[in-house]
Amino acid sequence: MISLLRSIGLTFLHMFRKRETIQYPEEKIVLHPRWRGRIVLTRDPDGGERCVGCYLCAAACPVDCISLQATEDENGRRYPAFFRINFSRCIFCGYCEEACPTYAIQLTPDFEMGEYNRQNLVYEKEDLLIDSQGKYPGYNYYKVAGLAAGVKGKGEGENEEPPVDIRSLIP
Amino acid sequence: MVRIYIDQKPYDVKPGKNLLETCLALGLDLPYFCWHPAMGSVGSCRQCAVKLFKDENDATGRLVMACMEGVRDNIYLSLTDATAHDFRSQNIEWLMSNHPHDCAVCDEGGSCHLQDMTVMTGHAYRRFRFPKRTYQNQYLGPFLHHEMNRCIQCYRCVRFYKDYAGGKDLDVFAAHNHVYFGREKDGILENEFSGNLAEVCPTGVFTDKSLREHYTRKWDMTMAPSVCQHCSLGCNIIAGERYGELRQITNRFNGAVNGYFICDRGRYGYEFVNDPGRVRQPVVRAENNEKNLFESLNAILVEGRMIGVGSPRATLEANFALRRLVGEEQFYQGIPENEARMLNKILAIQHSGHVYTPSLKETEHADVILVLGEDPTNSAPRLALALRQAVRTKPLENISGSNIPLWHDAAVRELVQDDKGELFMAYPVHTKLDELASGSLHAAPEDIARFGFAIAHYIDTNTPRPEGMDAQTLESARHMAGFLQKAERPLIVSGMTLFDVDIIQAAYQIGRALETAQRKAGLCFVVPECNSTGLAMMQAPSLTAAMKAAETGNFATAVILENDLYRHGERLEVDQFLSTFKNIIVLDHLAHDTVRKATVLLPAATFAEGEGTLVNNEGRAQRFFQVFMPKNENIRESWRWLDEFRQFQNGAMPNELRELDNLLEELVAAMPQFKGIERAAPPSDFRINGQRIPREPHRFSGRTAILANVAVSEPKPPEDVDSPLSFTMEGYRGMPPAPLIPFYWSPGWNSGQSVHKYQTETGGSLRGGDPGVRLSGEGLHFENGFQEHVPPAFERQPDEMTLVPLPHIYGSDELSVRSPSVESRIPHPYIAMNSLDAERMQTMEGDVLQVQIGGELYELTVVRKDEIPEGLAGLPYNLPSTSGIAWPAKGVLTKALL
Repeated sequence: MISLLRSIGLTFLHMFRKRETIQYPEEKIVLHPRWRGRIVLTRDPDGGERCVGCYLCAAACPVDCISLQATEDENGRRYPAFFRINFSRCIFCGYCEEACPTYAIQLTPDFEMGEYNRQNLVYEKEDLLIDSQGKYPGYNYYKVAGLAAGVKGKGEGENEEPPVDIRSLIP
Repeated sequence: MVRIYIDQKPYDVKPGKNLLETCLALGLDLPYFCWHPAMGSVGSCRQCAVKLFKDENDATGRLVMACMEGVRDNIYLSLTDATAHDFRSQNIEWLMSNHPHDCAVCDEGGSCHLQDMTVMTGHAYRRFRFPKRTYQNQYLGPFLHHEMNRCIQCYRCVRFYKDYAGGKDLDVFAAHNHVYFGREKDGILENEFSGNLAEVCPTGVFTDKSLREHYTRKWDMTMAPSVCQHCSLGCNIIAGERYGELRQITNRFNGAVNGYFICDRGRYGYEFVNDPGRVRQPVVRAENNEKNLFESLNAILVEGRMIGVGSPRATLEANFALRRLVGEEQFYQGIPENEARMLNKILAIQHSGHVYTPSLKETEHADVILVLGEDPTNSAPRLALALRQAVRTKPLENISGSNIPLWHDAAVRELVQDDKGELFMAYPVHTKLDELASGSLHAAPEDIARFGFAIAHYIDTNTPRPEGMDAQTLESARHMAGFLQKAERPLIVSGMTLFDVDIIQAAYQIGRALETAQRKAGLCFVVPECNSTGLAMMQAPSLTAAMKAAETGNFATAVILENDLYRHGERLEVDQFLSTFKNIIVLDHLAHDTVRKATVLLPAATFAEGEGTLVNNEGRAQRFFQVFMPKNENIRESWRWLDEFRQFQNGAMPNELRELDNLLEELVAAMPQFKGIERAAPPSDFRINGQRIPREPHRFSGRTAILANVAVSEPKPPEDVDSPLSFTMEGYRGMPPAPLIPFYWSPGWNSGQSVHKYQTETGGSLRGGDPGVRLSGEGLHFENGFQEHVPPAFERQPDEMTLVPLPHIYGSDELSVRSPSVESRIPHPYIAMNSLDAERMQTMEGDVLQVQIGGELYELTVVRKDEIPEGLAGLPYNLPSTSGIAWPAKGVLTKALL
């Protein structure tokens, strides 16, 4: 009898607690920035595409739902000619983000991707590429890579010596 | 066999090898960079350090480079020793201190030896925080991309390019930590084997430029074992596909044929497969437009009265399927009479029993070589590389007393200096091999044949002696005869390049004269196309005979198989021939003039989209496998189309897809000379543990996304009914049989260097024997005996020039010229002549001459080559702009009016 009254009392007290339930979708949940949701392709601080088409995300993907083709601009800068993610297969494991050497592919705290038609879950590059650096601001792969692809000249990158003069014998 | 102890475990190994190759052959992983199985050791990279102990009680030991230490009986070494392991990982760390952060944009990534070795030694984090050295790159032509920052100074590139392939324009420059591997200045790498640098370089300094156009990682390609289609040698290749496009050709090791290297025509000529102007749809000519394809085919085939024209570049299966469709009497080889006669003669010689037909590998071990009327660098490039090795390694026979092992490359070359083997070149113009030759003769084809007869006469005086030869030529013939007689493994290289049957006869006379109880001379013949020998073995009449038959016979339809007749005869004659038919069915993948004449055109599969067997110049039957299933279902192998025709003819709609094996069975039953051909590859029902061999590596990516833009539900993967390979990544992951190796991969070895895991010993043959079957040719009949007459000497014609065809590695092959990178290197059409002839014409080098050949007029630029005899002129053979000449030809020269 006492325990019954105690339970009723506790339930009554809960009415004055802060509510866990939110009025989704009118009210949105705030997710942790590292939440693994919708995948995006980001840009470097200079506005260029970060993705260099190295195929590592595709290789890391356990469900093989990423497919792309690398191509080059006139300066030799690599970028994907197309970049396709089949979100109907994606398991949001984040391996692609881990594999990405240029911070291009990132998972975002957005899960609102429901579709009535499965075909609409196939995202192309224009659906994926965003105008932001995402979680890793300030990084430009081509500034630390050795090759010259229109971002910096040979030997002008971070931590690089000027190009060797091969006609010189001076040590 | 000697016994060695590696980490206390005893192994019985072959003596005479170095420790590195021994360890690799035993299946142990030992990192290395500068050593290459084909090029020996120099010990420059210091990567393969192992600990060597004095005896079993020695616990201290000393570090040695495994590649510089020979195998001796009873030695104790350790790979896992902490000092050795630390040394190796420290060495990598040093090599990596300047290596750029490029892997993501480097084409080598995923098949990079440097990546593999770095992971193998355990160097994972960069501790060196100082600036990296950088270099400017060079433009190296349409084949290779240069990214010098990635270099680790192993010297493999120059050792291959200069020492092995005889290139002149790649070298090492500058000093100390600034050494630079490149050209003296920007420019096209001239050597015909430059593309191998992409495989020889352990990292991404030299990468394949045509792959770069449509870049795909090795793990993403669907690959299949294939055979090169661009000359008669039949080099083994691996062809890779992605997104329905052929992406890359790499070398496929075959110990008996191409070994570790292929030529640039083979590596870069593949893009005709991706040519947008290719035949991709069946076409029925407008006159027949009231009927659809199947109705018009049905009408034509039921009517019958067909003539079949085969092709030297189509598979044996396709030629046989055509022969079966039209009947044996109505089947013709699609090559001119004189070519057919020469091929028949070559076959007769090869099966005479008096001479020996060496494999390409065996030509590398000849001790005296005579090249009679052939320019291998241009007509069969990989053979030129083999001959170069023969000349280069001949002096090594005499160094056995010096106590220097053969794999010790630098020391051996120091000892040999400029000593060379004996090579004699007889060809109308200078060739690249002349620089190695101890003598050369530049003469007209007739005189080259006479020179051969003279050599035969000096060896065996019973053979006829050519009259009226000048004393100097006779002396060099006598000289050469002496060398050949003394040789243990003499080799005579000849072929069809100069369209002179007497040269082939002369080569045979020499070979026959050299025959003794102990040795037979090796005779290597270069023939025009990838399946010329296979077609010739069918012993059908020539195209010329087909033209005669068409005039008199009452034929309604010609079925032309993968053949541009306009390349094999004069335009007027071919026009005349084709006009006698009501219907012309053409099966091909290239768009060319014969295709334009077709009433019914059917798209045939290229080597990448179909399967088939080719017979190379030595009579070796080799199977190539389908790389990918074309999206367009109308693209089918020619033999499949022809097999369906036959079912049409019998009044049935074709339904059953015939397996290749059934066709081969019928082929052998009909023509016993092809007995054994079915052994060229395992049958289609071959399985290991019930599994197929996957064409895709286990890391193949994007399966659920590649076609998701078309339909999100994945389609069923295509099935292969003709071979034991599968088009997926599922299947048996172990060691496949040698003819079925789709790519080289082994745990920890992602690059092509993993080939040693597939070999019985390093640099030896593949496990289970090298692929390909030498056909016995039993049941072949040869009518023409060996005539003994010596041809008359060449005489200058008063009013016209005698022309000789000069093949070019880039340009003379029908398929590779459609590849943009090869196309950019086609020579400008020229006429090469003696200065005296040029002066007689009052022309300078670079002037344009009009040359009337047969009924055609060609505009050609004059090139002076003083070695050509007067009255003779050289013309590039079968460039797109100089095709349609009936060789041997004569031409009337007039100055072009500008």
